[in-house]
Amino acid sequence: MNLSLLIIIPTIFSLLLLFVNGLKQVRTVSLIAALLQFAMSIYLIVKYFAERAVNKAPFLFEQHYEWFKTPNINYHVGVDGVSVAMIALTAFVILAGVLVSWKMEKLNKEFFFLLLFLSIGAYGFFISLDLFTMFFFLEVAVIPKFILIGIWGSGRKEYSAMKLILMLMAGSALIFVGLAGLYFNTSGNGSFDMLKIASDNISPELQRLFFPFVFIGFGIFTALFPFHTWVPDGHSSAPTAASMFLAGISMKLGGYGCLRAATYMMPEGAAFYSDAIIILACIGILYGAFATMMQTDLKYINAYSSVSHNGFVLLGIGLLTKTAITGAVLQMISHGLMTALFFAVIGMIYDRTHTREVAKMSGLLKITPFISSAFVIVGLVSLGLPGFSGFVAEMTVFMGGWQKGNMFYYVATIAACASIVVTAVYILRVIGSVIMGPLKVNGNEQVVYADATWYEKSSIVLLMAGILVVGILPFAVLRLIS
Amino acid sequence: MTAIIFILLFFKLASKKGDKSKFLLWVNILLTINLIFGFFWQQTGNLFGTMFFTNNLITLEKSILNLGVLIISLQAYNWLKGHRHAPEFYILMLSTLLGMFFMISSQNMLMFYLGLELAGIPLASLANFDLEQRRSSEAAMKYIMTSAFASAILLFGISLMYGATGTIDFAGLQQAVNNEGLFIFAFIMILAGFGFKISAVPFHLWTADVYEGAPVPVTTYFSVISKGSMIFVMASMFFTAFEKIQVDWYQMVAILSVASMVIGNLFAIRQQNLKRFLAFSSISQIGFVLLGILGGKTMGVSAVIYFVLIYLFSNLAAFGVINVVSDATGKENINDYKGFYKTNKHLSWIFAIALFSLAGIPPTAGFFGKFFLILSGTGGTGNYLLITIAALNMVISLFYYLRVIKAIFMDQNEYPLAPVKVSLQPLMGMGIAVLGIIVTGIIGSVYEYISLLVKSMW
Repeated sequence: MNLSLLIIIPTIFSLLLLFVNGLKQVRTVSLIAALLQFAMSIYLIVKYFAERAVNKAPFLFEQHYEWFKTPNINYHVGVDGVSVAMIALTAFVILAGVLVSWKMEKLNKEFFFLLLFLSIGAYGFFISLDLFTMFFFLEVAVIPKFILIGIWGSGRKEYSAMKLILMLMAGSALIFVGLAGLYFNTSGNGSFDMLKIASDNISPELQRLFFPFVFIGFGIFTALFPFHTWVPDGHSSAPTAASMFLAGISMKLGGYGCLRAATYMMPEGAAFYSDAIIILACIGILYGAFATMMQTDLKYINAYSSVSHNGFVLLGIGLLTKTAITGAVLQMISHGLMTALFFAVIGMIYDRTHTREVAKMSGLLKITPFISSAFVIVGLVSLGLPGFSGFVAEMTVFMGGWQKGNMFYYVATIAACASIVVTAVYILRVIGSVIMGPLKVNGNEQVVYADATWYEKSSIVLLMAGILVVGILPFAVLRLIS
Repeated sequence: MTAIIFILLFFKLASKKGDKSKFLLWVNILLTINLIFGFFWQQTGNLFGTMFFTNNLITLEKSILNLGVLIISLQAYNWLKGHRHAPEFYILMLSTLLGMFFMISSQNMLMFYLGLELAGIPLASLANFDLEQRRSSEAAMKYIMTSAFASAILLFGISLMYGATGTIDFAGLQQAVNNEGLFIFAFIMILAGFGFKISAVPFHLWTADVYEGAPVPVTTYFSVISKGSMIFVMASMFFTAFEKIQVDWYQMVAILSVASMVIGNLFAIRQQNLKRFLAFSSISQIGFVLLGILGGKTMGVSAVIYFVLIYLFSNLAAFGVINVVSDATGKENINDYKGFYKTNKHLSWIFAIALFSLAGIPPTAGFFGKFFLILSGTGGTGNYLLITIAALNMVISLFYYLRVIKAIFMDQNEYPLAPVKVSLQPLMGMGIAVLGIIVTGIIGSVYEYISLLVKSMW
């Protein structure tokens, strides 16, 4: 399969958007684009399994074009199982995002343009095998967020947008320094090619020098404690579709980068800093969980719980065993789907009640059963109920931690486990107060809201299906990513 | 170029009072022909002994400047149409351009100085071209004073150099210069002269005032063409005449670079007037350019030339918008631009693309320019501290560029600026610039071509 299509199709459609007018045309074009992406990602999975059966190369469907010849920079793409899974995740979230934004009135053309633009960055990032290409697409996926939050956001949107962008760009500045270091220390004239850098075995001292740059840089994207502060503000100020993208995909860019750019290319560096990563990840997990308990705003609740959940990704990467890393990847997929669904549902509730304060609403189940059920289910996914994706992912990470067989790892694993209890507390409490109980919104007991419309329902069903596939058939996903 | 100046003189003498638009059209056509000539008539050779030298790289550098002048001329259309002395504007501007060409081609300090003065003095009268504005005269006065001062220092350096070596030829200097105290002292004087012209910190103090006071097209000319030509000269002179003392100037230029980035950035954060804002932003951009000069003579110099081309496009697009808005409404402050997006969608996007390119955000060309500059900044020496500072400075610079974006797209304003009508020629100017921003980066062959020429030079 031609991987470049993943970039070309959103590009063509986003350019096409410039020539259409009115909400109806705009959203139709965007929906076609998202559906095409979705179809392509499914096709990619099928093709990948077929190809993988006969081809043992580490990366499949490779494409290699010269971009800048003298500095040896190439457009080099290819996928392995992890990237295929990430691409599928992106396609799911983008499609759901387009569906939730179906009724976007304000500047809809720009909104969908930026959304498609973000997807170009995400796809490009996940298929890159050249660090330059990867860095390029990473930054492509940053700036549109600023505009999305700044224009369509709510609350302290300008502050949040600025904070998010500056922190993420500081992250990419660090990544850049690390990349330059890798570039100049490969054999020959310098290269950004990941496969070459990985096989070059850069000396351990240099790995120890550059690993923190790359890891912390990507860590900022994936809410590594103490660089997580952009997450709550950014997520809660963003419009629904942007929150879904931010938490669902953008944070996974960081996790994927930590895995691919930092750990894969600098294994010695990763081993050296492994303990520090585990400690920071555990702090992140526990801190995120406890901070969530204190929140009263639905979006802040999900944002802080994202910090906690992404801690598992970092923990899995930091543990450096095969099981743990598999768990980290599973957690990325699971959290991506789950948090996107969570933000989608919160967005739907907000559209109706115009409040996100937990205390101001209760008993929504009585009038909006579909949305409320989705809310309950996603809450259960979040707290790791067996049968859903979250359980599989977290369980795998814990198993990976336990396998290491050392007091330090036991303590870390137990600490991370403990967070699940905290998660259960806040999730159940929120469900109890928002969904259950007597109907009351903003002090008004006589409220009537329409239940989910078709586009809302389809986005919920879509993400839910993804969650269930990962939860019930984890072996299929494991076969893909292992 | 000289031919154009003569044709213009002829125009001036023959001109009747009345319609300027035909005249401007002809000038722009001439400039276009001039630009196209630069791509077809390439040869290597010397003139005046070995004083004047040209090869493909130098021709390319001149073509870059020609392109810039053409865009500026297109964008200045509205302003010049209402101006009494349009032919004089071109005569002065093209004289300075001629001076810059001499400068770029010079292989000899004397020729270099000649070009510098030819470029410098008419520039001051250009700054004064808003004849009724007091601010404009003030800018010109400031510029002529600092410029004369800088030239004097530079000349002092050159004469010391001559006293010490007995030659002012670049090739001769390359042999004679070593790291004795006198040479270094003379070099510092010359570096200071350069610092003034490219407004590197701590020689930057004239920049903001002159930029603010001068008419917008002239400010554009200052920030792009004048600086660009000096950078070209610097990139070639430092690696020919002063190649042997590279170890010594490395430290000095590194300090200038870091100081320019940091101070330029910190001051830009506080600016309200867009021209001042871009003045400080250009100071910080110069810091990045110096990083490229530190990067060595193949990778570094190609990155520098490439970046100047991109900087030219980005700055011209930004100034193009400021120009048409300032012509139509007279507003130049960031606050005036609040809610600009509501009324002027296309201009807003042009401005945004230009600012993103200046900030170095992909997929605009600025990203590639900055990437290669910073990457080359490590080259050879492995100075990772320097590029860490540079990379973090990019984040700071992003903050103030986003401030403008925020004003345009996000801030609420009950009375945003009225829709601005843009006539064809400025629109073409901006169009070329935006096209340049988008294409120059993604298409790798532009960088390839430059680095090929740079390699063939050494």
